[in-house]
Amino acid sequence: MEIADYLPVLIQVLLAAALAGAILMASHVFGQRARGNYIKDKAYECGLPMEGNPHPRFGVKFYVVAMLFILFDIEAVFLIPWALIYREFIASHIPILWPVMFFIGILVLGLAYEMKKKGLEWER
Amino acid sequence: MDIVEILLKILFAILVVVVIMTIAAYSVLAERKVASWIQGRVGPNRTALPGLSAIPVLGRFLVRMGMWQPLADGVKFLFKEDPLPGHVKKWYYCLAPVVALVPSLSTVAVLPFGAYWVNGVEYPLVLANVDIGILFILAISSLTVYGIVMAGWAANSKYPYFGSIRSSAQMISYELAMGMSVIPVFMWANGPATGFGDLTLFGVVAAQKDLWLGIWMPLPAFVFLVSLFAETNRLPFDMPESETELVGGFHTEYGSFKFGLFFVGEYAAMAIGSAVFVVLFLGGWNFLPTFGFLPDWVANPWATWGWFGSVVSVLFFIGKTLTFIFLFIWVRWTLPRFRYDQVMNLGWKYLVPLAVASIIIYAIVIALWDTAVTVDHIKPETFGPAPQ
Amino acid sequence: MENFLFYLFSVLTILGALLLVVNRNAVNGAMFMIISLIGMAALFLLLEAYFLFILQILVYAGAVMVLFLFIVMLIDVEKGPKTRPDGLTIAASIVGLALLLLGIIAVFTTDSATSALPEVTKLPEAASAAGIPFGTSVRGYGYGLFTKYMLPFQVTGFLLLIAMIGVIVVSKKITASGDAEKEGPKKA
Repeated sequence: MEIADYLPVLIQVLLAAALAGAILMASHVFGQRARGNYIKDKAYECGLPMEGNPHPRFGVKFYVVAMLFILFDIEAVFLIPWALIYREFIASHIPILWPVMFFIGILVLGLAYEMKKKGLEWER
Repeated sequence: MDIVEILLKILFAILVVVVIMTIAAYSVLAERKVASWIQGRVGPNRTALPGLSAIPVLGRFLVRMGMWQPLADGVKFLFKEDPLPGHVKKWYYCLAPVVALVPSLSTVAVLPFGAYWVNGVEYPLVLANVDIGILFILAISSLTVYGIVMAGWAANSKYPYFGSIRSSAQMISYELAMGMSVIPVFMWANGPATGFGDLTLFGVVAAQKDLWLGIWMPLPAFVFLVSLFAETNRLPFDMPESETELVGGFHTEYGSFKFGLFFVGEYAAMAIGSAVFVVLFLGGWNFLPTFGFLPDWVANPWATWGWFGSVVSVLFFIGKTLTFIFLFIWVRWTLPRFRYDQVMNLGWKYLVPLAVASIIIYAIVIALWDTAVTVDHIKPETFGPAPQ
Repeated sequence: MENFLFYLFSVLTILGALLLVVNRNAVNGAMFMIISLIGMAALFLLLEAYFLFILQILVYAGAVMVLFLFIVMLIDVEKGPKTRPDGLTIAASIVGLALLLLGIIAVFTTDSATSALPEVTKLPEAASAAGIPFGTSVRGYGYGLFTKYMLPFQVTGFLLLIAMIGVIVVSKKITASGDAEKEGPKKA
């Protein structure tokens, strides 16, 4: 595993960005021209004039979901190195199942708590 | 690393991008054709290049099935007016389609799509065979959410805004279930039979010679597949563009090829997602699982055919992927859309606990299996060198 | 090539961080922070710490920044108020800058063999003494994390549990009986 192995990744990212940019440019160059007018410069709300703030407030629920996502994501990230060495450790008789089950148990405890307190409930 | 090698790599990358874009474009046509079959219509059937039907024998077949429809769609996108409405935030408005497309095209760099054999040893056909394969795909595809958030925010309009907020909450929720559902796969794939220690997708395919993981791990496969539908915003989960309530969702204010990039990006993500599913759970380019008692050549009958064998393996892999793209389309025109609270409840209250449960179950089962069957037969040299 | 990439991504990281600080538009700030974090991820990649590279993108650029964007959108601040810094802020920033300059000068003028910088980049002695292979591959992390560092790993589990409880506490009104009160109507 060397740093040079990642060169194709860099190439791919640059290529994808260049492709998307080129398509946008081509669309701008070849596209028909039309004069903008008052209606075109207004937000589309099914033909009615726009009403109120274009960025209305939304429920705090979305914010809670994002916070919980970070926490569970970190848990999942810890489990990835574990999945890699799991069978190797078992083969060399290093205790690995129960310690990590304890960790997952804490995760399950958190999940159960969220469910009990209806933190995961999406109210209608 | 000399200049020729780099040029070759660039050429290879361009080839892969062309194939992905073609598959994405023809998925759009396939979607319309399958929809029309399911609904008892004809669908696009007469788009053709002028003069093609005059070719004696072949001509009749070249104009069938709306075969040239993707080309016509592309040309139409290209020559339409490229609107830039006055109320949008211009810089982010133009940047959003690019940000939506780049991650899905970048993930393909680590995706193995075939194999070649030198003296009986299998090597992957892949742009970058890096040891963090699946994590790379999960991480980079999670960046797609910024394209959607940016589009919704920059459009400065209510419906796109709501669409983008909903979709980002949905995508991060299902990303979690998806990330957890691959852990049993890698737990199994890094076993004594296949060598210990990395996250390459090639290693996963190599570990599936005897038994495809979709058979042995149906629960993670199911969680992964459902999450894949939600991640690519496909129909039972297409919250960001649920047109009955949000007009067009996050791309309401977009037109011309800016909209086209979102569109192509979605289909490219679908194609790559199907390919990842095939690699993880359906044995990649392997022909059939050997189940431990069939002869070895069943896994890769083309292993001894030289370069032609590699071509066949790539085609077989693409064929499996196309089957899954068909499944995506079929589901889209069969199931109705979930309500948003149902989507979030399904993700958090069913899929995440299911994924955690599958981690626990497979950890215990693999531990029992290894202590009972495998451990005593392991030779120390299969451990491989200590990591650097 | 690698040197060039190092300088490129360093500039990207520092420039992103700098623009994040001076930009008054909160959404622009969040975008610059993403750029800075991705630049940092690339620096990890150049250090051949591949696992850290991908974690930086997965956790910071992919998860934490989504939360930040949500907050920025939730409270709908696009332009922060224009305030003049007061005397204390100016004094604190001058002291901070002076300390930074002092540190840079100290690192570049002292003999590199005796300065503090090589000390922190050395491998921890305890790790190599315990026979744990010290490396940057994912497997290497696994060896360390699930043998020698098992206790900190478990403590992290408890930390995350506490954070989960915290999420409920800050997002729900808890009544005296310990039950969460029903939220008001939501909009989206």
